[in-house]
Amino acid sequence: MDSSAAVEARHATKTYGQGSAAVTALDDVSVAIAKGEFFTLLGPSGCGKTTLLRLIAGFETPTSGQILLHGADITADPPNRRKVNTVFQSYALFPHLTVTQNVGFGLQMLGRPKAEVAATAAEMLALVRLEDFADRRVSQLSGGQQQRVALARALAPRPEVLLLDEPLSALDLKLRKQMQLELKRMQTETGITFVFVTHDQEEALTMSDRIGVMSGGRILQIGTPRDIYNDPTSRFVADFIGETNFIDARIEGGAAILPDGTRIDIASGDGQGRPAAGPATLTIRPEQVRLTDPGAGVPAQVRQCVYFGTDTHCHLALPGGETIVARLQNPPGGSVALTTGETVHIAFPPGALRVLEA
Amino acid sequence: MSRTAESEAETARIRRNWALATPALLLLFAGAAGPLLVVVVYSFLTPGDYSGVEWDFTFDAWVQILFARDIFDDTLRLADAHLTIFWRSVKLSLLTTLACFAFGFPTAWFIATRDRRQRGLWLFLITIPFWTNLLIRTFAILEVVRNQGLLNTALMKLGVISTPIQILYTDTAVLIGMAYVYLPLMVLPLYAAIDRFDFRLLEAGYDLYASRWQVLRRIVLPIVKPGIVAGSILVFVPSLGAYVTPRVLGGGKNMMIGNFIELQFGQGRNWPLGSALAMVLLVIVLVALLAYVRAANRTGGVDVH
Repeated sequence: MDSSAAVEARHATKTYGQGSAAVTALDDVSVAIAKGEFFTLLGPSGCGKTTLLRLIAGFETPTSGQILLHGADITADPPNRRKVNTVFQSYALFPHLTVTQNVGFGLQMLGRPKAEVAATAAEMLALVRLEDFADRRVSQLSGGQQQRVALARALAPRPEVLLLDEPLSALDLKLRKQMQLELKRMQTETGITFVFVTHDQEEALTMSDRIGVMSGGRILQIGTPRDIYNDPTSRFVADFIGETNFIDARIEGGAAILPDGTRIDIASGDGQGRPAAGPATLTIRPEQVRLTDPGAGVPAQVRQCVYFGTDTHCHLALPGGETIVARLQNPPGGSVALTTGETVHIAFPPGALRVLEA
Repeated sequence: MSRTAESEAETARIRRNWALATPALLLLFAGAAGPLLVVVVYSFLTPGDYSGVEWDFTFDAWVQILFARDIFDDTLRLADAHLTIFWRSVKLSLLTTLACFAFGFPTAWFIATRDRRQRGLWLFLITIPFWTNLLIRTFAILEVVRNQGLLNTALMKLGVISTPIQILYTDTAVLIGMAYVYLPLMVLPLYAAIDRFDFRLLEAGYDLYASRWQVLRRIVLPIVKPGIVAGSILVFVPSLGAYVTPRVLGGGKNMMIGNFIELQFGQGRNWPLGSALAMVLLVIVLVALLAYVRAANRTGGVDVH
């Protein structure tokens, strides 16, 4: 694998319990995260993303496999010997210390001179814009402010990798949006490698350089937000990221055949692991479904339309009976004029339709 | 209802509540302050010939605490014996507190980190000795530390020592006995404090390069400090006034303040001196408490949520 990786997991497996009661939290995961990258581990709860993060932090040791930091094997190192810091989901701020003391804690433990600790703590508080709260106790801060202190505390020792365990999940929506941008800004300013764990796909898409989508203890797909969204390689990834339609079909001679025999052309030379023949699942995002003139495309019956302001969500029944959702943009000052029961014709732009394993 | 009518009703309600509470408050005050007042008054009287007091006002008892009057020339000199007893009491009580903390902290930590359903059982086991009479528990310790007792026999059988170590009737025996008797008083408040401790802070500490020792000293101990203070007070105060344990395990010679006070009311037939000593004990305890609480507040009193 890439030797320039900041942090790397090689065949990392973590099993809890023994014998028949054993639970595999992480199943042979290998991933290399580049220096200076904003990497997100995305998945539903219980998918193993937090376990992977804890293996990197050193709170858990893998049952098998290795963890490498800049190419050096740190699998056996305790957390206090790893140049890796964590922003905890619960923040885990020290309640008996002031904001400044919290931020300076790591450097103090590293035995840095007092002046340096104070200077760095002040610098970090400026970075998270909490200069005015330096001498407060953490219990006197709001959730959003505590979050910033947690961030400043983890950044102060200048770790080689910063681990963030769902740090925004306790914040309200508005604050979360704001912190997403700030996190991205801090990552750019400090140049530190960020490994971010979340179950929120929108968070992952807006902040990450690359995303690793996890499920059942495995990484299903690694790619840029654009790749993950536009070119999912599995049904799970397509379903988990954004909304999508699934259509059962058969692949024959470069085209998809619906159960009732309707032919849909698909783009050739699709990615690896896609069935070239036989049963398959087609997927298309609701906003990529287009209506076209009669005679072209696939006929479908309008079942229901729901007005959503900028667009209208229409449930359309395909000839085989399957229903897909189309998100049609409303014209200025009006709405999509479709009535229930009406027959429309759907175009599937070849680039928008993806073929997945059935 | 107007604002004034409302506040008048409120005033009437408060007045009625006070009136209802008065009998209980009077009883409490008489019960708590009454005997104390008797002790204060007695400490300024003259000892009776056989026991009790004569109603002659004098400061003699207070002088006798620190000074002894020479039988021949009536001069005052420092009463070394009394000072030794004070010093032994304070020293043994501090050592008992330390010993209880040294054994109590790991115990409380152990219990607080067990499965929640098991904790009740562990706490019950810790409090079992409490259901036994203090005297019997003390004699049990005597059986352990005496020359032909459990400890010495075991050590001799193992060949560690050839002759028994004299533990009984020394300060060490008193220390062992008091630490055993008061250990639960340290464990329970420590457990309560550790139970509230957020164990995720341990990971945060390790993550920020702290060693295990630094995590204990910089994070755990400061946060559970209220429990340490409470436990220390609960152990130190009764240790200082301990009576049964030093009597049984210390023999007649190694007296603590409690035994010394008892002596004045018994064989010594000097009730005023006993009363004055009791007041001194009370003052030492209060001063110690104040000092402890102030120290606890100064160095990072933890906000209670």
